Amino acid sequence: MSLSLDVRRLSRPGVLESLSRARARVVTRTRVIGALSVGLGVVMVLPFGLGTKAGEMALLGLAGTTTAVHVPDMPVPVRPVCLALGAVCILTGLALMPRPLSRKAGNRVLGGVLVLFVFCLISWAAAGSHMDLVGLGNDTLVRSIPLILGALAGILYERSGVINIAIEGQLLVGAFAGAIIGSAIGDLWLGLVGAAVSGALLGLLLGYFCLRYLVDQVIMGVVLDVFALGITNYLYDRLLVPYQNSLNSPSVFPNIAVPGLSSIPIIGPIFFDANILLYLCYILLIVVHVALFHTRWGLRVRAVGEHPLAADTVGIKVIATRYGNIILGGLIAGLGGAYFTIGSVGAFGKDISSGDGFIALAAVIFGGWRPAGALLAALLFGFADALQNILGILGAPIPSEFLLMAPYLATILAVAGLVGKVRPPGADGKPYVKS
Amino acid sequence: MRLELRGITKRFGSLVANDHIDLTIEPGEIHALLGENGAGKTTLMNVLYGLTQPDEGQIVVDGEPVRFRTPGHAIRAGIGMVHQHFMLIPVFTVAENVMLGVERTKRLGFLDRRRARRDVQELSKRYGLAVDPDAVVEDLPVGVQQRVEIIKALLRQANVLILDEPTAVLTPQEIEDLFGVMRSLRDSGRSIVFITHKLKEVKAVADRITVIRRGRVVTTTTPAATEAELASLMVGRPVMLRVDKGPSRPGAPVLEVRDLRVLDDRGQTVVDGVTFGVRAGEIVAVAGVQGNGQTELTEAIMGLRPVAGGSIRVNGREMVGRSPREVLMAGVGYVPEDRQHDGLIVDFSVADNLILDMYHRPPFASGPSLRPRVVQESARQRSEEFDVRLTSIDDPASALSGGNQQKLVLARELSRPIQLFVAAQPTRGVDVGSTEFLHRRIVQQRDSGVAVLIVSSELDEVISLADRIAVMYRGRITGIVPPDTPREQIGLLMAGAGATGDGAVPPGRRPAASEGSVAVGEAEPTRRPR
Ligand SMILES: Nc1ncnc2c1ncn2[C@@H]1O[C@H](COP(=O)(O)OP(=O)(O)OP(=O)(O)O)[C@@H](O)[C@H]1O
Ligand SMILES: [Mg+2]
Repeated sequence: MSLSLDVRRLSRPGVLESLSRARARVVTRTRVIGALSVGLGVVMVLPFGLGTKAGEMALLGLAGTTTAVHVPDMPVPVRPVCLALGAVCILTGLALMPRPLSRKAGNRVLGGVLVLFVFCLISWAAAGSHMDLVGLGNDTLVRSIPLILGALAGILYERSGVINIAIEGQLLVGAFAGAIIGSAIGDLWLGLVGAAVSGALLGLLLGYFCLRYLVDQVIMGVVLDVFALGITNYLYDRLLVPYQNSLNSPSVFPNIAVPGLSSIPIIGPIFFDANILLYLCYILLIVVHVALFHTRWGLRVRAVGEHPLAADTVGIKVIATRYGNIILGGLIAGLGGAYFTIGSVGAFGKDISSGDGFIALAAVIFGGWRPAGALLAALLFGFADALQNILGILGAPIPSEFLLMAPYLATILAVAGLVGKVRPPGADGKPYVKS
Repeated sequence: MRLELRGITKRFGSLVANDHIDLTIEPGEIHALLGENGAGKTTLMNVLYGLTQPDEGQIVVDGEPVRFRTPGHAIRAGIGMVHQHFMLIPVFTVAENVMLGVERTKRLGFLDRRRARRDVQELSKRYGLAVDPDAVVEDLPVGVQQRVEIIKALLRQANVLILDEPTAVLTPQEIEDLFGVMRSLRDSGRSIVFITHKLKEVKAVADRITVIRRGRVVTTTTPAATEAELASLMVGRPVMLRVDKGPSRPGAPVLEVRDLRVLDDRGQTVVDGVTFGVRAGEIVAVAGVQGNGQTELTEAIMGLRPVAGGSIRVNGREMVGRSPREVLMAGVGYVPEDRQHDGLIVDFSVADNLILDMYHRPPFASGPSLRPRVVQESARQRSEEFDVRLTSIDDPASALSGGNQQKLVLARELSRPIQLFVAAQPTRGVDVGSTEFLHRRIVQQRDSGVAVLIVSSELDEVISLADRIAVMYRGRITGIVPPDTPREQIGLLMAGAGATGDGAVPPGRRPAASEGSVAVGEAEPTRRPR
């Protein structure tokens, strides 16, 4: 062994070659980033910059609604700003191409360029009127709630080796249970508990069939989604519509402005003025991350998800661990479902989660099976949603469906070419059978 | 701790893997378990470790009957096991793997990584098991992974340590080190169950030997027995421990490798200007301590690894830049080093595994469809011919014992028309009887005009099979010598002597491939009967 280590150390030409190969990779990566910067810069200059009347201003609101501190609106002269920022992007891109960047530096540049692009996009859309930037930020966060909670659930499942396609179903039953309990009993907290429990119950169904009878996890997940949709639709027609007033008119969690924190200008109204569910997200993100990567429980969970037989040979109970995570994840997904009803609009409606569970699943994967990554992905999707909403209101001169596509496109690009490879847990989706 | 197995029986369907096995492990002994592939050694140890439940029989610890329903029970009773196929989490660090299941924690279940690291370092120092606690396991060579497994067992204070074919993947030096560790463990009062197919090792380290054949205990004996006796006890017939082969009649060059340079996954040069050739009808064996570029050499030939420079020709056709399938279809048979990862699809049936590189051709395919009858029929023949012990050819390959999986790979590669046969560690984990058979098959291939390239870290195998021996050291060929070269001299070449030298001819440039033998240094190659 020590011998082969020596070999590596001693072969100097080897070191050089490895450098040159790594260099080649970095070069293509840098080129892609450069080209992307130039492309986005051109869009910023041509349609955004030159497409706006000279002298038109956009008023970007930074005050938010409830904050005590007054922050003035930011007036943006759209045309010069877009032209200037576009030029910056183009020049950065051109300057970048011949000069290889490290992965980290490359990502920073890319992130910077994207921020500038989005800023120009917003200014351009708001040209001649006013847009509440802080509101947009807050909206992004709030719309991300079910995505974040759904993704956390997905992470807990998959880290223990169970693929969860049923997040969508869990959101849906969570939403339903939250509404009906919140309305019938009139206690929102009970509604929240009911939502969580219903998510866990659906998860247990997945566990029962997949862990006990080894049904394919993907298929079972899809089945549960269809089941959740069917049963909530049925109950909606049979119960919620006829007894609308008693069963489907819960109140909603009030916004809580965190004392102190919420009066920080800009930050406060974005992050600390929402209802309990967003704060739950903050807490759960941290708890799940710390628990997964820094505790005994997390080490065992990850071992079970990577190599269950190996975990078994050191005395870890594989199936029990998976059931545990199925329940925990189900609780969290159910909470996420509560957002749709008692966390936002109150009443339940058919298919109210409208595919957010699947987007949460995408966030799990794009986020590399890590809470922080999933958070970023969820925010990206949430931002897309919020932006599309606000652009629709402003009546931006492009089809909003098209705008809606852009962030997804960016995500696909980023994941395909730029973020680098992420690896799922080794035993993800594989049943564990003892001989 | 005195451990007794009484009348252990384990059946898989109609197959009786363990048939009323009685075995006693005394405290402070190294107890070797010998037996053919599929004899039931691993199964027995899995029973002992709580991984499978016996159908009959009893485990007795210090006079007390016990039942191990899970490995957790066995571990608590002081049993540790290093599995034939390691049980490590590839993406975890060494320290994480070692502490898994017996984690050191601070308050609230937080991992105490510092303590875990220290535990590893302590054990590693005490028993001379060098590992870096922070290294990620999947980046480590198998020899080091094995040390991690042993540390894992020691940390759990195993009184009985089961080592299932621990030496199959080790270099000679690592084997020596392992024996040192085993002896010091024994001297500290622990007992070791040692499974191996190498009779030399048994004789070197064991205190007692139990031989198992087809699920039954044949006898328990001492290392005083000769290798030939042990072999025939295992197999049930006398075994030729040497390869019987006539002189080679080399024909036209089939494989020509010139100035080959190959990088490993980290981008380091691991094959560094290698030039050699293999002719039709000869066996060239590459000797060398593992990790000196042999694996990468074969992978490059097969198109599995990009080539950084140089050329590889098969029958005059350039192979660099071609896909593995093109190389296979050019008439190359290949036995990869890691049967479970690269040689088989373990979830596929035995029959399907036997046609992995032929499924798209007649007679197995007609147009786009498979012909199951032909596949089945040929699978039956192959497994019979190669003595692959199985219950059904429809079983997944994972149900075969380790050695039988290896035979399966060889059966596949040796039963299609080939002109070049490339095999890395062809008999790793294979018992003496089957090794004899496989060696004979390889020699037969040679005699029928196939060019054979063998990579083996086992010097015995190299010497007995090869017509020419190429020794690799640090990515270079330090010499190509005839098989009757004294072992000491081959050993020197393996350690780099004769090549690292003072501006001598760069080894790759030696006219080595041209003539049958090039003696290195002054020493006259002397015949040495073995
Ligand atoms: N899960 C299983 N299902 C069916 N048959 C099995 C299973 N596990 C092992 N066997 C069979 O039991 C027999 C004994 O296998 P075992 O792995 O114990 O052999 P072994 O002595 O360890 O052989 P080797 O030296 O090749 O590792 C073999 O014939 C094998 O095919
Ligand atoms: Mg075995």
